[in-house]
Amino acid sequence: MSHNEKLLNDDCHNSRRGFLKKSVAATAIALAPNVIVKAAEDGLDEKAAGYFEKTNIKLTINDIDYSLSIEPRTTLLDLLREQLHLTGSKKGCDYGQCGACTVHVDGKRVLSCLSLAVMQEGKHITTIEGLAKGDDLHPMQQAFIDHDGFQCGYCTPGQIMSAVACVREGHANSPEEVRQYMSGNICRCGAYNNIVDAIIEVKRKGGTI
Amino acid sequence: MEKFFFEDDNNRVTGKAVVTGKAKYAAEHEVEGVVYGVLVGSTIAKGSIIAIDTKAATKAPGVMKVITHENSYKVPGYDYGGNPAKGLTGGKGLQVFNGNTIYFAGQPIALVIADSYERAVYAASLIKAQYNQDVHATDFAEMGKSVIAVEGQRYKDNIRGEADAYKNAAVKLEAEYIVPNEVHNPMELHAVIAKWGADDKLTVWEKTQGVKSAQRSIAAAFKLKEDDVQVFAPFVGGGFGSALRTWPHSIAAVIGAKMVKKPLKLVLTREQMFQLVGYRPYTKQRIGIGADKDGKFIGITHEADGVTSMYEEFTEGTVNVSKILYQCQNVTTRYKLYPLNLSTPTWMRGPGEATGCFALECAIDELSYLLNIDPLELRLKNYAETDPERNRPYSSKFLKEAYQLGADKIGWKDRDPRPASMKQGEWQVGYGMSTGLFNAGRGNAKASAKLYADGTLIVQTAVSDSGPGTQTSMTMIAADMMGLPVNKVTFEYGDSSLPPGPTQGGSTTTSTLGSAVYGVCFALQNKIIDILKTDGTFNKTDLKVEDVSFTDGGVLLKSDPAKKRTYSDILSKAKLNQLEVSDDSKASEQMRNYSAYSYSVHFVKVLVHSKTGVIKFDKIVATADAGKIISPKTARSQMIGGVVGGIGMALMEEAVIDNRFGKYINNNFADYHVPVQADVPEIEVAFVNKPDPILNPIGAKGMGEIALIGFAAAVSNAVYHATGKRVRDLPITLDKIM
Ligand code: FES
Ligand code: FES
Repeated sequence: MSHNEKLLNDDCHNSRRGFLKKSVAATAIALAPNVIVKAAEDGLDEKAAGYFEKTNIKLTINDIDYSLSIEPRTTLLDLLREQLHLTGSKKGCDYGQCGACTVHVDGKRVLSCLSLAVMQEGKHITTIEGLAKGDDLHPMQQAFIDHDGFQCGYCTPGQIMSAVACVREGHANSPEEVRQYMSGNICRCGAYNNIVDAIIEVKRKGGTI
Repeated sequence: MEKFFFEDDNNRVTGKAVVTGKAKYAAEHEVEGVVYGVLVGSTIAKGSIIAIDTKAATKAPGVMKVITHENSYKVPGYDYGGNPAKGLTGGKGLQVFNGNTIYFAGQPIALVIADSYERAVYAASLIKAQYNQDVHATDFAEMGKSVIAVEGQRYKDNIRGEADAYKNAAVKLEAEYIVPNEVHNPMELHAVIAKWGADDKLTVWEKTQGVKSAQRSIAAAFKLKEDDVQVFAPFVGGGFGSALRTWPHSIAAVIGAKMVKKPLKLVLTREQMFQLVGYRPYTKQRIGIGADKDGKFIGITHEADGVTSMYEEFTEGTVNVSKILYQCQNVTTRYKLYPLNLSTPTWMRGPGEATGCFALECAIDELSYLLNIDPLELRLKNYAETDPERNRPYSSKFLKEAYQLGADKIGWKDRDPRPASMKQGEWQVGYGMSTGLFNAGRGNAKASAKLYADGTLIVQTAVSDSGPGTQTSMTMIAADMMGLPVNKVTFEYGDSSLPPGPTQGGSTTTSTLGSAVYGVCFALQNKIIDILKTDGTFNKTDLKVEDVSFTDGGVLLKSDPAKKRTYSDILSKAKLNQLEVSDDSKASEQMRNYSAYSYSVHFVKVLVHSKTGVIKFDKIVATADAGKIISPKTARSQMIGGVVGGIGMALMEEAVIDNRFGKYINNNFADYHVPVQADVPEIEVAFVNKPDPILNPIGAKGMGEIALIGFAAAVSNAVYHATGKRVRDLPITLDKIM
């Protein structure tokens, strides 16, 4: 193989995302009817993709029930942001490395960029948009404002969702513990000190959150 | 004006929008019929494209178009068919899809457009390019060897006094310092939505630190009238300099939207953030510094070798710090620029000065041990009372006060000055300090203000805010000037069609825009006075602004405070629904005779584990002379944020290139480490908080850059004090201490 041919064969997109999405497609092929597998083998996989692109799921987001028809490769984060216009959950990396996309699934903190939407069948999802009760901010939201727990605000929804879970998990007993259990949420603006103060205050005030 | 200086601690005006997730960042605006663009990058670092196979991608479901250099819409402001080898341009960025030359790995070679994000990502994976590969240059070690410096006027040596005078000093130090490539990595991925409307009018939602500058760049590229391009950026998820320019991906999105005749959204991936939106360039510096036995500096020589791309020059003021920070007659600076097969660097928080201060402030620490003089005392011995470069007074300088504040808080005088002398169990204890400075500027800006009969005020200007809290401080200035509660004032921004405001960069926003907001409110006060002169309210036809207070939503006569009129009264009596004024704000003539800088001082106490080399912060104190502090709460946060950026610079950040392929190998957050919660101790902040009486009417200097500048040197100096090991190349990782 010449040098150029080798380059030609190099996949320019061997990202983890690409791998994730392609392996989902491969799994789907394994489960697909023969005719589709044949089409895929004939190099018609783009066409084939069309056959199994959409799946129906039901899930609850911020107490609203949704019945959706979505592609299996769609992440929960992209479903929220691009299809449901719930853009409060942020994309900071898409690889589970920054925490900006943190949501609650059945009450637990989850990175929505690492979760496929189709895996959420029947689940209850809470995003930052569902945290306040009407006009009344959740205590953690208010504490973030009071302690200036952000600058640009982009990491903030993920921080707040993580912070609420951190307190509920019982991991907010000291600033040191908070620092450990909040280390999955990057804040490039560096609002860390103020975030700790906000969480400790919410914890100290007690009550169910 | 009398109560202009704020004592109260106000929350950010954006708070509720942010914590509820309602704040809309660039990619989040709902635009009817939007389609998705995904950029494909070059897999080689140098060469040319022979062919791009787009067939499979084009056939993939949902794909509307694949754009490459072969079929791209020709951007009217680009120069097509030029000689790609004609040399570096000064400030003209990469022209996307113009020609087949590859300058760096990751350079956009195709834009795949589809009706859904997933389909666009998948189709992008089907693009195959065939290249003619050349031998690339990405190895910093080759700078000055196989990689030759750019020739040109901008890089002339600068000699003040005698050249290299340090060599003749009684005590001297020569050392080399390295700052690696660092990447801004704001949390928001760079993103753009472009929409062409009727009559070639263009709307762009862009992640930008300057809605006006983005408008101008896009209008210039597409040869449109500026007014026909409207740029929105109501929320910007961090920038640190990466969003100061309009990058090629934004132009690609506008091209794509044009070609498919639909609004197009393009979001970079985190990997692309390392390649397409700039970085702090690797810089190798050599410092020669000499003093007499008493510690008076005899000479400083500061040389820097920086990096740029193969298509564009990027220079920064790295060596300038040695000309201006201390009193020294003989200063020689030399700056060289080396083009590599990387994208163009850009300003990153404290550009140049952060790099330069790392070297200079470490060198001064090193010299202090040779002289056996306390490092803080050595700095005070060489304190510049006037600007040593321009020979003129400072508009204000309270650096001594900042030193004192910090020294007291960290307990500087209680340390044992000998290296490797202090211990806490298994940990070696070290104290270090440094100085940072950055020019305090004031540019032009325009603002308008509308006071309504219901007593509310709207202030408008085209600025964007990537995090410091410009909306909050501007709201506070306006509220204070007009005597209104903050919740009656709305600051409208983030839209290029508003009166032209500054780009948020170079630590000038508060000074520039704060002056404009002050100015427009002052004009509004005068307009109110004009009404009051004639409407008989105070029976005073020669009424002046000084005669009244603007307070409690109205005006009261100082000589007779019982005489008070609300704005509602005044406007309704005058049968006006609103009062509108605008103001052009410009730097004062007086400043021509002065120099203005903001200063920071960082003190750190580190613990270095004697067996593992792990570095922990025991205490960090950051103090600053940033003039008057307008918004104490957000100012403190900004200072803390700069320190957190400094922790990254000092201990972890380095974008590593695999020179075999000319590509970054740690281009994600798992491998390119930035500080997380567990890395950051409590940071104590103190401001001198004295107004600059000349720079502008509000007394504020600037803070964004100095918050970070110098910090890495303080850490290196503390690590030396703890261990006796001097680390001159960042980041200071364990292996360098062991
Ligand atoms: S976007 Fe999910 S962790 Fe970064
Ligand atoms: S507030 Fe900007 S990243 Fe956290």
